[in-house]
Amino acid sequence: MPDLGLDVLFKGKNFARLLGGLGIALRISVIAILVSVVLGTVLGVLRQRENLILKAFMRLYLEVIRIMPQLVLLFLVYFGTTRSFGWDLSGETASVIVFSLWGTAEMSDLVRGALSSIPGHQYESAAALGLKKTQVYLYVVLPQAVRRLIPLSINLITRMIKTTSLVLMIGVVEILKVAQQIIEANRMNSPNAAFGVYLTVFVLYFLVCWPISVLAGKLEKRWG
Amino acid sequence: MGVRPVPGIVLEISHLHKAYGQNTVIEDLSLTVREGEVIVIVGPSGCGKSTLLRCINALESNQGGEVRLHGEPVLKGSKNLPEIRQKIGMVFQNYELFPHMTVLDNIMLAPVKAQGRKKSEVREEALALLKRVGLETKANSFPRQLSGGQKQRTAIVRALCMHPDILLFDEVTAALDPEMVREVLEVILDLANQGKTMLVVTHEMQFARAIADWVVFLDDGRICEEGTPEEFFDHPKTERAKKFLNTFTFERKARQPKTI
Repeated sequence: MPDLGLDVLFKGKNFARLLGGLGIALRISVIAILVSVVLGTVLGVLRQRENLILKAFMRLYLEVIRIMPQLVLLFLVYFGTTRSFGWDLSGETASVIVFSLWGTAEMSDLVRGALSSIPGHQYESAAALGLKKTQVYLYVVLPQAVRRLIPLSINLITRMIKTTSLVLMIGVVEILKVAQQIIEANRMNSPNAAFGVYLTVFVLYFLVCWPISVLAGKLEKRWG
Repeated sequence: MGVRPVPGIVLEISHLHKAYGQNTVIEDLSLTVREGEVIVIVGPSGCGKSTLLRCINALESNQGGEVRLHGEPVLKGSKNLPEIRQKIGMVFQNYELFPHMTVLDNIMLAPVKAQGRKKSEVREEALALLKRVGLETKANSFPRQLSGGQKQRTAIVRALCMHPDILLFDEVTAALDPEMVREVLEVILDLANQGKTMLVVTHEMQFARAIADWVVFLDDGRICEEGTPEEFFDHPKTERAKKFLNTFTFERKARQPKTI
């Protein structure tokens, strides 16, 4: 059997350190996801309104976030604000800000899309039954919109989790950075460690994202 | 504002005017519907039939005139509109059931949430009504599992369960396959026999004749002619009505021998 270099994982606290790195990656993504879901929903609902200023602002915001690579956004927030505004953001805070900005933009677009995909007749037939406007939304429009939203937002959530691997570029010691450190430290006595350690990173990412995808699939099936 | 209801009159449309921009759809239209009356509205497509129904429960705003239900004005944007709409049952051409709810939940939603009635009581009534239209086995099905005719019968039960003062039917068989038209029309006929007050827009002339107490022929947003079904279908007075009724009969010219 070829040496996969898995032995380094059991040296000292290496495996625990990897898990800790994963924890940091997850902490950044969970906070950013929560912020994105809440703000994205609010903005998505607001975008339904016929307000030109709001529309133009949201359009600009969305385009900027989409066109800009996440890494550039990270650099901009982490290094840029330090130079220009003198803010001393920690790498983790900067990451949370960037991922929230990104997630909120994407989420608002998903919410807007889900809401506008509900045909006008659904509003009308609910209103014709004598339901109040809030009831129309609560019982008829939102439940349908949420069903359409779930698969799309799960996709966004897993993308956000995976993309946290970029934050090592602004010095946050998350799972990938820990992996690099372990490999570096064992270069001499375990030169094959790269394979084993990165394989472990892969498995850990998979274990986090896979259940989310399964859940999404189940919900989609139940509501299809 | 105290309004004394005129006895016997359920719905009063007076001088209704509706336009989309420059395009007038309904012009100075007045119509009164009395308790237990079945009024059928016929007319060429684009004559404003559906728009008229949609104006009655203020799904469309109007540009003049008014609609009163039991003396109370039906106004788009008014605060008590939801309460008034509870008394106006509407059935749409494309059923418009809520796809995420079972048949039973579709029916129970508004009576429970809008009228605040007890769940158990509404469920009992809903099941009884479903049985009446032959859908007792479909109570827990979702709309996507039903045929068009079954969906439309569900939509009728959904409207009925609110105990409306008047029912509006907006071309309810137009989207159905021919063999399903009958099952839906029979339900409506049954309702007419129970003495429900109804305003029916339809393209089914045979059905119109059978069900109507009064036929209103609409053309270009105005009432062109009205009368009992016998008067209207057998002896139409206006040229326009004659021409319209003629579009439902077909005659074939004698075959010309083909020349090559």
